Parts: sequence; C-alpha cells; structure tokens
Amino acid sequence: MGDTKNIIFAGVGGQGVLLIAELLALAAAAAGHDVKQTEVHGVSQRGGMVESHVRYGPKVWSPLIMPGQAHAIVGMEKLEALRFAHYIRPNGVIIVNDHEILPASVGAAAEKYPHGAIEFLRGKGLNVLALPATRIAAELGDIRAANMVLLGALSAHLDIAPTLWEQTLQTRMPARHLALNREAFARGVSTIERERRLA
Amino acid sequence: MKKLLSGNEAIARGAWEAGVKFAAGYPGTPSTEILENLARYPQVDAQWSANEKVAFDEGMGAAIGGLRVLVTMKHVGLNVASDAFMVFPYAGTNGGFVVISADDPGMHSSQNEQDNRYLALMAKVPLLEPADAQECKDFIAFAFDLSEQFGTPVMLRTTTRSAHTKSLVALGERREVPRRDFTPDIRRYSVPIYRHLLRPKLEARLRQLVEYVETCPLNRVERGDSAVMLSEAEHPTIGVIASGMAYQYAREVWPEAAFFKLGLVYPLPVRRLLDFCRRHETVYVVEEGEAFIESQLKALGAGNLIGKDLFGVIGEYSPERLATALKGEKPRPNFGDEITILPRPPMFCVGCGHRVVFDVLRQLKVLVAGDIGCYTMGALPPYEASHTTFCMGASIGNAFGFRRAGHERTVAVIGDSTFVHAGIPSLVDTVYNGGKTTVVILDNGTTGMTGQQPHPAAGKTLKGTPAPRLDLEALCRAVGIQHVTVVDTWERSSVLRAIRSALAYDGPAVVIARGPCQQLPEMRGRDLVPYAVDEAVCTNCEACYKVWCPAITPGANGKPVIDPLACVACGVCAQVCVPGAITSNVKRYDV
Repeated sequence: MGDTKNIIFAGVGGQGVLLIAELLALAAAAAGHDVKQTEVHGVSQRGGMVESHVRYGPKVWSPLIMPGQAHAIVGMEKLEALRFAHYIRPNGVIIVNDHEILPASVGAAAEKYPHGAIEFLRGKGLNVLALPATRIAAELGDIRAANMVLLGALSAHLDIAPTLWEQTLQTRMPARHLALNREAFARGVSTIERERRLA
Repeated sequence: MKKLLSGNEAIARGAWEAGVKFAAGYPGTPSTEILENLARYPQVDAQWSANEKVAFDEGMGAAIGGLRVLVTMKHVGLNVASDAFMVFPYAGTNGGFVVISADDPGMHSSQNEQDNRYLALMAKVPLLEPADAQECKDFIAFAFDLSEQFGTPVMLRTTTRSAHTKSLVALGERREVPRRDFTPDIRRYSVPIYRHLLRPKLEARLRQLVEYVETCPLNRVERGDSAVMLSEAEHPTIGVIASGMAYQYAREVWPEAAFFKLGLVYPLPVRRLLDFCRRHETVYVVEEGEAFIESQLKALGAGNLIGKDLFGVIGEYSPERLATALKGEKPRPNFGDEITILPRPPMFCVGCGHRVVFDVLRQLKVLVAGDIGCYTMGALPPYEASHTTFCMGASIGNAFGFRRAGHERTVAVIGDSTFVHAGIPSLVDTVYNGGKTTVVILDNGTTGMTGQQPHPAAGKTLKGTPAPRLDLEALCRAVGIQHVTVVDTWERSSVLRAIRSALAYDGPAVVIARGPCQQLPEMRGRDLVPYAVDEAVCTNCEACYKVWCPAITPGANGKPVIDPLACVACGVCAQVCVPGAITSNVKRYDV
C-alpha cells in the first residue's frame, strides 16, 4: 500500500460521517492525487454504524484498507472508534470525538458500553487524540458540526494544503452552512496546533 | 478535470453520454442511485416501474421500437425480470439494450447471495464487469455499441462495492443516437411460434461472440507493478485472473504478478486465458461469488488454477481476506477479546409508524409472515414479531399457506411499495381460493428502505412530476376484500382494534396502517414542537421506554428524557404514558 494514505471514518447514522469522508476525497483529488472512497451504509440512517474508507496517492487500487494500515482513524463517537481501532498502523493517529451514543436496541447498553475505550486504546500504546467535538460544535451553535471539528483536526495531520481545504468546503457545502462549518473546521485545526505548541 | 463519482453515478453519466433515451427500473440496493442520477438529465425519459419485470418489458418494447435503453435492478430483481430476460435474446434487440444487475456479495442489504453471471450465461448474452467508476462509465458506452453490433441485450454486473465506491472519472459529451427504424417482423418477435427458427440463430450469435471476445479490448494482460502491457518475453511465476472489484484487491496483494484483467466476462476469451495459464507456474483466479471463471477454465483443462478452494465462495472479498487466505493468518484482529465492542444493530427510525404495528402484533401473539423492506426489523428484539421474510411479495402467499397448514392466527405484513411490486396477485389469489388471511399494508407513502423512492401509490414519478395515485383501499375492495380498514399508524389503540377486528372477521381482511415515512423530505422539513416529559408528573413507571423510541433515554435524575433534537412528535409515547406526563402543544400530522 506504499505511497497511499489510508483514512477510516466511523460513526453512527446521521452524524455526517460520509460527508467528511467525501470532503477528504475531494480535497485529495484537488491536490492532484488519485483517490477512492468507499462506504458501508445500507440501513444506517436507522441508527446503525457507518464506516467509510478513503485512500489517496499516486495510484489507488483497492478502496478497502487492510487492518494495521490506516494512517488515521476518525471516530465520531467512542465505541465506533474502538470498533475500527485495529485498522491503525503503528505510527497512526486515532482522532476521536469524546462522546458516547448508546446502541438503543441493545439491552443494558449503558452498563455494557465501553466507557473506557480511550484509556484502553492509549494503554495499548496507540496515539489517541480525544477532543470534545460535539461540545465545541454546540458552542458554535449546532452539534451537527462536530464532524467538521474532527475533519479540521484530521487535516492538521495530512499533507493537503489549507487553501485546498478551504476551496473544497466552499465548493461542496451549501452557502448557508459554510460559515459555521468553516469555523468548526478551524476549531479542529487550532486544537491540534495548540497540542503541538504544548508538546 | 476529473470528477469524483460513485459507480452508480458513473453508470448514469455513461448512459447519458451513450445517448440513452429511455430508462426504467425498480429501486434495490445497490442499484438505486443509477436511475436517480439519470433522471436529472432532461434528454432521458427515466422512471420507476411497478416492478423489475414491468421495467424490463417496457425497456424491451422501447429497444425493439428503436431507442437505446437502460434497465436497472439489483440481483434478485433480475429474478423477477427473468421471464423476459431469458426470451428477449431469441429475438434480439433493435436499439441498444443494457440491463444492470447489481449483485450484493456479503448480503449488505439483500436476502441472498446469488451470482448473476450465471443468468447471463443462461440467457446467452454478453456480460461486462467494471472494476472502478471510470470503467462503469466507459463500459456502458461499450455495452451499447456491442448490443447494436450483435443485436443482443447486454448485461453489466456491478457489486455493492463497485456501485458505491467513488473514484475519479474523466467525463465525455452526450452523443445523440437517432431512433432506429422498426419493421414489424412476426417471425422474429413472436418467439413462441417461431422458436424453431430463432433457437439456432441464438447459438450462431453466441458463436460469433465467442470469436469476438478473443480480441475484445476490455480484456487485457498487465504487469503487476505498473499498468503497462506484459510483453511476450516476460513470464512472472505467478499469474492472476481477475475481474470487477476483486481485481483491485488482487492488485494490492500480488504486486509482482502478471494480471489477466477481464472486463468482458461472458463469453470468456478461453484461448487467451488458457495461453495465459500456460505461461505461469501458478495462476490465481480471483472472482467474487461462485467459481464462474475458474470452473469454465478447469473444464477446458487448465490444471494450475487456485481459486475458490483457497478464497471461498461465501461473502464479500477484501484485500485482507485474500492476504489472510494466502498467509493463513489474519493481518490484525480487533480488540474484541479484551474489551466489549457492542454491536450497533439498525433499528426503526424515531417516529417510524412500523414500530406501533409490530408492538401490537407482538401483543396479539400472532404468527406474522413478513416481507421485504425496513419492516424486516420487526423480526429483531424487542419485537420479534415477524416470523418469515423471504422475497418481494412473499408475505401474502406465505400467510395463505400457513393457514392452509392449520395456523389460523396468521397475519401478512407488507409495505406499500412491495405490495404494488408483487403483493397484488397474491391478494387476488387469496380471495379466489377462499383464503381468510389478515393482511396489514404498512403504507408510508414511499419505498423507504432504499431511500424514499416514489411508486404508483405515492402520487408522483421519479422525475418528481405528479402522477395518478393508486388508491389502495379501492384496489383491495375491487379484488374482493370486503373488510378493509384504514388507520393512523401512530394511533396505537386504533391499530390494535383494527387488527383484532380483521382477525375476528370470517374472510380475508386488509388493514392499511397509514402514515408517511419520517425520512421523506416533507416530514423532515416540517415545523414541529417536540414532546417533553414533565418531571413533576412523571412517576417513573417506565411505560414510555416500552415504545422503544431511540429518542427516549434515562436522564440524570433517573427519569426519562426525550431528546428534543431527535423527537419528531409522533406522539406514541404520550399515548402510553400512564400519568399523562408527556405532552406537546402541537398536532403532529393529519392522515
């Protein structure tokens, strides 16, 4: 899988997982890469899990990423980040929204939910970046923008120029949502930059 | 500038560029988005038909009449259309005719895995299999030319992965293809009478195709480390024969091998393939589904093939699966052995009207013959109130049979779109043969499972134009059902009363549980005031949890809380709340 970058997006139907996966694919294409984006959605708008793989580089063959090969995993909530965590490669980063969505139809989900997922993955020596994306989005006025906060955080880990991200957001997002999404994206970027200054 | 398109979007674009004028189909994952995208082009007359056979028949007529025609369906849809599909090649087509079969290895959203390449073989028509979105677009144009060159219908097989994967596509312009002249020809188009004349012609055409495929440019040999053609002198030890999305996986796993990339998969270019097999010590055949390519080559004597014995016939392929099969170990397991990774099964949407019906059916302890749609989830906990689900329209016939076998308290449950698709003949038959089944039609005004496509009882077309609305009540009465009740699907007591009364009625009965799908744009976009729990009145009796609405969860003080962003004000929780603590000040919906 040589020069190809592999990113996995995971979350729950309705969280905007496929949108941010598509935005990455568009930004990568704008940067001149070959790109493939695949997804499993089916009945996910009814509360199931949503998963999307994005791969970009000089030439991409398979749209599916192998376990142990992802450069980054973006989890829109903790359980879904955990579900796909074994896809991460040794130096990869797991960017997770510090947020829980209980699977509603599983009996006693609240007790069985892996509340300690982030600590567990860190205990495995994995690089986990947890950020309160839903809370940040709420501060900005709409929790649905949490996905853009995570995408901003992801962008700071990738080799795609900020101007291309801006151009992609402008092209893809409806004008009435652009300002909010742009701000949420910027908050994600600044979170990473702050961490880097502290490190 | 290339555009990022899914396989389905690329097929639609390709059909438009190829001058298609008429397109028809019935929604079915993973084929649905083709017609939805094609419908956006004003030059294309695109429509949802009542079912796949109707779509195929209409397409056949338009193609014999001289147009370029695309018909689309999922793999099991082609079963419905097979009667037409198996006979059309006898006559052959006039205008170009391409049928899309969208297969679903892994059964992401289907009742079975079936490899429809065998249907192309059975119909004796050429079969194309694209491996990315660019090929989806390019192969469509190729398929139309091939169809007209040989006068044959052509099948293009996608899979869930190739249909839903987005990749970059170089676009072209539309080519207007004039309508071909049509001359009535009884000896050609009245197949049953003149079958003895047409049957040898079908074989002769197939022989021509067998010759043609040996030089077809869609089949090529490549070196694994680049996309360039392999020269005669280069003979890597390992050769790989692959098609469709499996080809992409194979390219990841065998960077050093030589590849025979098949684009036209039936009839197989057997001379070239056997030659390829002779040039390599070991040849892997990587194909999703059955051993379609492998078994044909083995029958012709290829002895060095490795395929299904190693990679298996069940489920979807992936690079991980190929690598695991080759190395005998998984690249990396998940963490499920060390920490609970809860499943997240799909469920009825917040405010879905189906929830009330299945809650009532569970309470009535009846045997339920279910059907194909979101309501297959009625079989899952907490309802477990749908006991059979097989295929489109099966519920009504199955319920009739259950009663014949002595199971009197049997109810058939079927959605409105499925009822129109394949339920009507069964209802006619139930009346004709003296059945006394209770049939519940879940009428949400759309084809919900596949993403809200309109149908004949929805009152509009694929293009969004108004259409005469099929009157389901009148239809049921017209076929001879004398006990027809229409209820608001969110009025729990009415639903209960109606189904009870239908079960007690001495004859076949229909209950139409009506209320729009919550995912319809008009439902999502409406103003509503969410319901809320008045803490002061709530006694924490937990009755509201039994609605199993995902919007109701225990709050910080232990009492239920309704998520105001998720609530769609269906009002079912307020109906079951014992102390009357759940209220809203708005009327939710008028049936």
